[in-house]
Amino acid sequence: MSAAPKQDQYDVVVIGAGPAGLAATAMTAEAGLSTLLLDENAGPGGQVWRAINSTPVKTEALLGVDYWSGAEIARAARDSGAEIIHRATVWSLDRDLEIGVSVGGGSAFVRAKRVIIATGAQERPFPIPGWTLPGVMTAGAAQTMLKSSGLVPDCPTVLAGQGPLLWLLAAQILRLGGRIDRVLDTTPRANYIAALPHAFGFLTSPYFSKGLAMMREVRAKVRVTSGVTELAAEGDGTLSAISYATASGKRERLPAELLLLHQGVVPNVNLAMAAGIEHRWNERQLCWTPVLDAFGNSSVAGIAIAGDGAGIGGAQAAVVRGRRAAGDAIKALRPQAKIVDLSAELARAERGRAFLDVLFQPARQFRIPQGDTIVCRCEEITAKDVLDSVAIGATGPNQLKAYRRTGMGPCQGRLCGLTVTELMAEARGKSPQEIGYYRLRAPVKPIMLSELASLPKSEESIKAVVRG
Amino acid sequence: MIKHADAIIVGGGIHGCSTALHLCLAGLKPVLIEKDYAGRHASGVNAGGVRQLMRDVAEIPLSIRSMGIWETIVDLVDDDCGFESHGQVLVAENDAELDACRARVADLNAHGFTHEELIDGAELRRLVPAVAESCPGGVVSRRDGAAQPARTTTAFRRKAEQLGATIREGIAATNIRREHGVWHVDVGAETFASRVLVNAAGAWAGRLATQLGEPVPVETIAPMLMITSPVAHFIDPVVILRGRKLSFKQFPNGTVLIGGGHLAAPDQDRNETVLDWRKLAESARTVSELFEVMRSATITRAWAGIEARMRDDIPVFGPSALHEGLFHQFGFSAHGFQLGPGAGAVMAELIVHGGTQTRIGGLSIERFRKTTPSATA
Amino acid sequence: MFKRVDGDGRGSVTIHVEGQAIAAREGDTVSAALLASGLDVRRATAVSGARRLPYCMMGVCFDCLVTIDGVGNRQGCLVPVAEGMQIEIQKGKREIGK
Repeated sequence: MSAAPKQDQYDVVVIGAGPAGLAATAMTAEAGLSTLLLDENAGPGGQVWRAINSTPVKTEALLGVDYWSGAEIARAARDSGAEIIHRATVWSLDRDLEIGVSVGGGSAFVRAKRVIIATGAQERPFPIPGWTLPGVMTAGAAQTMLKSSGLVPDCPTVLAGQGPLLWLLAAQILRLGGRIDRVLDTTPRANYIAALPHAFGFLTSPYFSKGLAMMREVRAKVRVTSGVTELAAEGDGTLSAISYATASGKRERLPAELLLLHQGVVPNVNLAMAAGIEHRWNERQLCWTPVLDAFGNSSVAGIAIAGDGAGIGGAQAAVVRGRRAAGDAIKALRPQAKIVDLSAELARAERGRAFLDVLFQPARQFRIPQGDTIVCRCEEITAKDVLDSVAIGATGPNQLKAYRRTGMGPCQGRLCGLTVTELMAEARGKSPQEIGYYRLRAPVKPIMLSELASLPKSEESIKAVVRG
Repeated sequence: MIKHADAIIVGGGIHGCSTALHLCLAGLKPVLIEKDYAGRHASGVNAGGVRQLMRDVAEIPLSIRSMGIWETIVDLVDDDCGFESHGQVLVAENDAELDACRARVADLNAHGFTHEELIDGAELRRLVPAVAESCPGGVVSRRDGAAQPARTTTAFRRKAEQLGATIREGIAATNIRREHGVWHVDVGAETFASRVLVNAAGAWAGRLATQLGEPVPVETIAPMLMITSPVAHFIDPVVILRGRKLSFKQFPNGTVLIGGGHLAAPDQDRNETVLDWRKLAESARTVSELFEVMRSATITRAWAGIEARMRDDIPVFGPSALHEGLFHQFGFSAHGFQLGPGAGAVMAELIVHGGTQTRIGGLSIERFRKTTPSATA
Repeated sequence: MFKRVDGDGRGSVTIHVEGQAIAAREGDTVSAALLASGLDVRRATAVSGARRLPYCMMGVCFDCLVTIDGVGNRQGCLVPVAEGMQIEIQKGKREIGK
């Protein structure tokens, strides 16, 4: 089990050990700044390089070169002299740059001169009928199991949704001998045309050739149904079938025990919002993104955001954004240090993103559900419940809590927040920006009462214990 | 274009909304102005205690009046507001505290109030089986209970609007002035005028009172609350402690609300608060000591609502001592939620009839006239 | 639902699910081990008692909540297995019932 932080004060605290966090950590620590990296998982890598040091899938070609590129950056962070704590859950961060962190069943507070939030992305909610049934999971979930435990589907399995990760996952499952019965592609046909103006950047980006090769690889082995416009998971207490319809009017019901859903990723906003950082609705990515300067500095002095948490940019951009935020922290704390300008590198890494954003913008019906489809998984609140509350006076997500408790369960709005905002915006004829989001507060992850109770009693004794 | 109203109410908390509703019931057409939305601050995010227990004698008549309304609240606002009556219990943790409880109940009885009852250890454990064995007794107020604050405030707002109140949310009342005996208030591009102005602006009411020439000793506070994940049902009444800052309530869905008055740092101009986890840790310690069953529960959320506290911990309620047509309804000092329904009813009587049968003399703003004002907000 | 790929050289770890011993691998999270076990490991929700399995496997959805060594509401997808670990599937509404 990892130990608590060794100091109570650091120059830089980085939160999240994915591409951005690892790159930032290596750079600030190498520059001589005392650096603490806190990460919730058992090892470095975040989602994209998950289990980079421990995966049982050792054959390089199976997970792909992009995956293995993470090993070097993880090594650089490890060897940088930074203090790295895994299985550390940051549950509080405030304007005074004080961080509450839970490690091994105990909590401590640390202070930082600069904080770099690199908490990355989560998969966008995919609220279709039946999405709470056992057997319905995200594509990311399947990929996590594949990378960290070498587990692949071996039952009747359907992948549904859109975006690069869906195809990457399909390719990886197939390479590892797993089972996929069908891929249901929900990319709206109109998106292909809408994305055309951005195609040049994409054609010259690394995504293009890799993406095409992957789709070919999957199509060679699995039947793919495109233009899916309706999707529902069915079953009594567990998933037994998937029904879908396409734009051309085809309807089918597929028996299945596992449905893997994916329609892109969105920033993980909970920690940043709880720290009071200003976010705005991003019309192209259809999610909340923080208001940042060129170096990732947020509206709260001393806190920067790097990686996908700053707006979805992918792993390569995350690395560069991590270094840019680190460079700015170094410049702030060591004014004489020379910082390399990374703007050209960032532009290169972000090339093609606009095309992907537009092409894979999820269709309205897969973001804004109707009727009895569950919106809030924790409190089991349906779209109809939300609309009924709007009809009797709920004006935004925070008011809705008073009617329906949405967002008040353990996931703290992570899987309903975007849906609630868009659903209420549509019902009230407002923009998502006007409707707003849940006011988020610490603890951003639940903390045990006994753990809170055993916090030392005064500020002085907290410091004494942390130092001891 | 000036719009005339029968009353202008500044503040959309439980108090402003309740007064608006009761004025409507009396046939008036008030306008209510709320800079955020109804119940955004203390009224929407408090612990929801519906408590007569342990109140200052000066506010007990208002509390009792209110209790009667709570018990039939669905008739008033078409929503049960989540009100449940399982009593509120004050726990004495030792004999000295129990002696203080005994003296308190005797004092109330001498004033003619009988809603608080002294209980021994056996009755305490019958009411609160999970409480630590070492507690010798306490006080119970059996008609008390709890409700859902945001739902309640929203219900009052909704009903007031249905009955003809004009509601302006998301925009502040500015340029509040009296011209030729009539109050004028700007709300964005609109101006409202009325002979009656009600100051129910919560944490912002002290500033308004000062602007109008009646500064009072009031501060802005932000009491913190936290709530747990569901745990097996183990307690019905609301529990508060005699000697330590703790209040405690389990909802029907199993979640447990922990409060008691530890304060966050309010940032009134930002509409924000910064939580003080060291003090929340104290609450967590107190809970663990008293209720072993709670130790493995998890805290899922914590928050604080901004409100006004008077130096003497009782509200300012009633007509202005300076201006005709001005009424104050603020400074409820972290225990105004239960008073909301009754205070609105009494305020409407003051406005419509010029008086009330409910004894509220001790709450008048007059009480600060002879002392040196030391307003902080 | 899931099978292990060939060539997984990690060591075996025994954990107990509702008292029944199952073989997991070093580095598995509790949730991954439960899903790989083939047992019915569906929990019941606290609100309606509906059955659920893990959804996101990355700490976001809280549908993997389990009781681990007597401590309830742990995110099984974030906790690595350890030898002798005792897992109980949460009964949700039934446990809370008033």
